Amino acid sequence: MKLYEYEAKRIFKDNGIPVLESELVSSPEEGLDFFRKNGPIVLKSQVLSGGRGKAGGIKFAETEEEYREKTAGLLKLSIKGIPVKKILLERKLDIRNELYLGYAILRSKARILLMFSAEGGVDIEELSRNRPESVIKREIDINRGITPGEISSLLKQAGLEKDIINAVAGTAHKLYGIFTDYECEVAEINPLVVTGSGEILAADARIAIYDEAVHKHPGYIKEEDTYTELEKQARRINLGYVEMDGNIGVIGNGAGLNMATLDIITHFGGKPANFLEVSGRTYGKAKEAIQIVLSNPNVKVIFGNFFGCISRCDVIAQGLAKAYAEGIIRVPIVISMRGTGAEEGIKTLRAAGMNEIYEDDIEAGEKAVSLLKEV
Amino acid sequence: MSVLINKDSRVLVSGMTGKEGTYHSQKMIDLGTKVVCGVTPGKGGIKHLGVPVYDSVQDALAEHEVDACGIFVPSRFAMNAASEAIEAGIEFVVVITEGICPHETLRFISRARDKECIVLGPNTPGLLTPRESIIGVLATDFVKKGNIGVISRSGTLTVEICYYLLKEGFGQSTIVGLGGDAVVGSTFKDVYMKFLDDEETEGIVIVGEIGGTMEEELAAYIKSSGRSKPTVAFIAGRNAPEGKRLGHAGAIIEGGMGSAESKIKSLEDAGVLIADVPWETGILMKEVSG
Repeated sequence: MKLYEYEAKRIFKDNGIPVLESELVSSPEEGLDFFRKNGPIVLKSQVLSGGRGKAGGIKFAETEEEYREKTAGLLKLSIKGIPVKKILLERKLDIRNELYLGYAILRSKARILLMFSAEGGVDIEELSRNRPESVIKREIDINRGITPGEISSLLKQAGLEKDIINAVAGTAHKLYGIFTDYECEVAEINPLVVTGSGEILAADARIAIYDEAVHKHPGYIKEEDTYTELEKQARRINLGYVEMDGNIGVIGNGAGLNMATLDIITHFGGKPANFLEVSGRTYGKAKEAIQIVLSNPNVKVIFGNFFGCISRCDVIAQGLAKAYAEGIIRVPIVISMRGTGAEEGIKTLRAAGMNEIYEDDIEAGEKAVSLLKEV
Repeated sequence: MSVLINKDSRVLVSGMTGKEGTYHSQKMIDLGTKVVCGVTPGKGGIKHLGVPVYDSVQDALAEHEVDACGIFVPSRFAMNAASEAIEAGIEFVVVITEGICPHETLRFISRARDKECIVLGPNTPGLLTPRESIIGVLATDFVKKGNIGVISRSGTLTVEICYYLLKEGFGQSTIVGLGGDAVVGSTFKDVYMKFLDDEETEGIVIVGEIGGTMEEELAAYIKSSGRSKPTVAFIAGRNAPEGKRLGHAGAIIEGGMGSAESKIKSLEDAGVLIADVPWETGILMKEVSG
C-alpha cells in the first residue's frame, strides 16, 4: 500500500524526522493564510504514481494571484490518468545540497538494504545502474538492526561533510525504525535536503507498506489509484486480475500457469488482454472471473487454461458452464483442462454446449489465436 | 536417491488439526510420508489422523525424532510457528503458508541462518520425492519416479511442467517448490547444488518467473563453478507488464529489475537450454540428455 507524501510526512514528523511546516488543500480558497505567512511556496500534487515533477505536478507560486491560478490549474490536472485531488503546500527551500536515503528489502539475501547517496534528487535505480560507485549500500540483518554509530561511520566513508554527519545518521536511524515498525516495502527520502544554514529536512517522502501488513495500519488503507477500474473490481472479489493491451482474454488457475499462458498466446502470435488467476480460495468464482475478463471491450476470444490441483477442474467447469448457459460468454472460448477433476469438468463443459475443449494447452493455445483471425 | 526428503524422513506437521493441515496431512500420509507427530497449541495430548499432537514443537521433540517440519498454520501465526520449529533445532522447515509479511519472513530466515536450518518457502507448494515422501500440496497425478530434478517458484505450473516431462518419458528424483513470495528461504542455487550432489539426478529443470534475481544468481554460479548437469529452464512471464504483480507476491518487475529477458539471457550464457513454452521443457531435456 503506497502512502501519499503528506501521509508519509506525518509519520516522519511523529517519529522526529525533520519536515517543513505544510498544509494540505483541495481548493484555491484554502491555504491563502499559509501562503501569506510562508510565500513564496511550492505546490505539490498528491498522487501515488512516480514522475509527478515531469508530468507538471509541481509548481511554484510567488504571488497570491499565482497561487490561486496554479492551485486551480493543478486541480484540473491528471497524472497518468489519475486526477489530482489534493495539493501539499510548503515553503520554498534554500538548498545547499540534496542527499538520498532509503531502505528496501534485498530479496536475494533476505536482508534489509540501506541505501545512501550524496547525489540526491535523482532516480536512485538509474543512479545505481549508471554510476554504482556513488550509491553506498549496506545489508542489515533484521534481528540485529543497525546503530546510529554504524550509520555515521558509513557516511564518513561516503565522504559526507562532517558538520551534517550526525544529523543525517540520526535521520537514517529513525527512518530505519519507521521501515521496520510499519513493515515497509520501501521507505525513502529523496531528496534529503541540506539547507543553506546547515539544517537537514526531508523534502520528499515515499513510503509503501507491505499489503500483508497494512491491516495493522488501517488508517492508510485506500483503494489504490494506480489500479484500473477493472482491476479494482476484481480485487473486491479477491481475484488477481491485471489488465493488458491485447485482445485474447485469459483465465486460469495458479499464478505461474497464468503467466505461462500469456507466453503461450504470444508464442502463437497472439496478444493477451489480461492476467487472471483463480486460486485455491477463488476457484468457485469462474463465472465472476469470466465477467471481469469480458468487461474489457477489447477481448475478442477467451482462452481458459486449467490444471486441476487444489483448485479442481470440475468445480471451475461448473462456473464456466453457468456463465455459458446465462449467455455471458459472447465471444469464442477455448478451454484446456487436465489434472484433478478434469474428466468430469470436460463433460460438464460439453454438456453445456461448449465445443473448443482440449486436454493440454498446445492445441488449445494455437486454436485460441487462430480463432482470433476468424472473428 | 533424492534431495531434502526421502522415504525415511520423519515429518512433523505444524498446524495439523486445522482444516488445511488435516486435509494435506492425510494426503501426505496416504502417499507414504512418515508423519510422526503434529503440533497445534492447545490441542496437546490428542491423537489426530492416527498420530500424537503436541502443544509445542519442543514437547513433540521430547518424544520424537524429527527430520523435517511442514508449516500449515494461517499467516498471522506463521512467523511464530516457523521460529518455534527453527529454535527447537529442526533442520528442515517447509513453510506452505501464503500471505506472510516479508518482514516476518526476514526474521525467521535470519534465525534459520544462525541455526543452519534449511527453510523452503514461504508460499511454497512444498516438495515431493515420488513414491517416497511429500511435504506440501503438490498434485501427484502426473509425476513418477525418475532422474530429473525440478526446482520451481510456482505450484500449478510445476505440475504442468511435470506433465510435459512425463509425455517425453521423464520422471523426477525430487520436485522442489521454492515459493512465490518476494523473500524465500532457499534459492535456485541452493537446491541446484543439492541436485548436483545427488547421484540419481541426471538432469535439472528450472521453472522460474519474473521478479527478483534468483535465476541470474543460479546462472552466475553455473558459470563460475563450472559445475552443472544437463539443465533446461522455463521462465514464465516474458510478456508481463512492468510494475504489476502477477499473482505471486514476488512476481513483479520493478525499476527495470526482474525481467524475464534478463533471466533468460543469463541462463543461456551459462549454457542452460531455454524452453519458450512449457511443453518444450520435456523436448529439450530429451535433446540434451540424449
